[in-house]
Amino acid sequence: MELADIIVKFILVVIIFAISLVIAMYSTYAERKIAAFFQDRIGPNRAGPWGILQPLCDGAKMFLKEEIIPTNASAFLFIAGPSLAILTACLGSAVIPWGQDIQIGSRVIVLQVADINVGILYIFGVVSLGVYGVMIGGWASNNKYSLLGAIRAASQNISYEISMGLSIIALLMLTGTLSLRELAAQQHSWHWNVLRQPLGFLLFIVCAFAETNRTPFDLPECETELVGGYHTEYSSMKLGFYLFAEYINMFVSSAVMATLYWGGYNYPGMDWVALHTGPTVGPLIGVAILFAKIFLFIFFFMWVRWTIPRFRYDQLMDLGWKVLIPLAIANIVLTGLISNYL
Amino acid sequence: MGIRYFVNINMNTFYFIAFLSIFFSILVITAKNPVHSILYLVLTFFTFTVHYILLNAQFLAVVNFIVYMGAILVLFLYTLMLINLNKDSEPVKSNMVKIAAVLGGGCLLVVLVGCLKQVGVADPVVLKDPGLGLVQNLGKVLFNEFLLPFEISSLLLLSAMVGAVLLATKDPKPKSV
Repeated sequence: MELADIIVKFILVVIIFAISLVIAMYSTYAERKIAAFFQDRIGPNRAGPWGILQPLCDGAKMFLKEEIIPTNASAFLFIAGPSLAILTACLGSAVIPWGQDIQIGSRVIVLQVADINVGILYIFGVVSLGVYGVMIGGWASNNKYSLLGAIRAASQNISYEISMGLSIIALLMLTGTLSLRELAAQQHSWHWNVLRQPLGFLLFIVCAFAETNRTPFDLPECETELVGGYHTEYSSMKLGFYLFAEYINMFVSSAVMATLYWGGYNYPGMDWVALHTGPTVGPLIGVAILFAKIFLFIFFFMWVRWTIPRFRYDQLMDLGWKVLIPLAIANIVLTGLISNYL
Repeated sequence: MGIRYFVNINMNTFYFIAFLSIFFSILVITAKNPVHSILYLVLTFFTFTVHYILLNAQFLAVVNFIVYMGAILVLFLYTLMLINLNKDSEPVKSNMVKIAAVLGGGCLLVVLVGCLKQVGVADPVVLKDPGLGLVQNLGKVLFNEFLLPFEISSLLLLSAMVGAVLLATKDPKPKSV
């Protein structure tokens, strides 16, 4: 690898990191505005025009608040919990293909940080690590509500990871590749995977809600039963990291869903556009399309949160084990039959 | 020159990661708190993942990552958090047990030393063919040459699962609601 390539990769990493942080920051603003819209309120409107500076004020507030580490907490793990949560949230974006190769002058830039041939499994692995942040933080707080939240998070994530993996297997049977770059390229123009795997996508999005701990699956921080769940004892920016990690997770899982099922940067008529705009602008339009899809998914996450109430714990487990897993296995069998005999 | 350079980097990384593996596994058994010990075990498994990547076995690496770090150890941690881990509840072991443990450990040490006396520098098979650890090649081998053992081991896992469920249900009679 040449030095220039390394510099380009480095710039790409910095841009993606900055974008995920800014999107996570403004997701908090969007969430409050959307919640206000759903509940017929105005929402934040004081900081700047339309309250647009609200996330900055929230960030400053988080940083300036008093930092409390409970006396009986295990201090190192208490700090390691939120750090791990935000680390694993940021890791996932490394393998997502953000667009087709862009040609600037004579240089071709690949819009993906790492094209590893087990990309989907990498994302799956990072997702399964995400639970450590919650578990370690919840245990280290030395508080029974935190512990209950941590235990709930662990059992919920393990249960929904199984059906998530099974729904991905059906997708892999059709595409025959584990590399996200190839997977995105296969969905050229309108050949999106969701048309061939509608049930698989439905299973995947339900599991994505559960893995990101969003309502209706926010049992780990269920306020009505557990005070604040796993982050009961947290204050200042450590709490901020937990909340921030949730929004980054939401962004990354939206990007993964858009790439796996909704064509990624592909859109109908992209060949015509590429022909008329050239090799520099054409792929950039694809990137814009991908981000439009991501924003739609983020909006969907929020729409569901402010519409559907939280599950009861036994309902959550019933849904995971008795509905989603059998459906996912049936989906695999169906996919196998159809792809062999039709 | 290029290849030699990479081999050297690989060797140095290997020794560094191997040192970390041994360091963390020692911490696993010396840590006083069982939860800390599990967390060190997570780190140990992470170093194993890096070992697999150094051997070009990407699939094995990521499966080790998902299955061991992401699932099995989470369940370990889950169980440990539910157990009361006070010092008072720890059973006091008798002297006979301690002597037996020392004898057993000593025998293991002798066997290990005996084995290690014969080792030479490793000549890994995987590195000679960089594509050997890829999913395609692994799948071809697993579903052709080793199909029977592969399927039998899946049956074994299934029976273990059924056995665990059977053990967990104490009351075989259906409850009258």
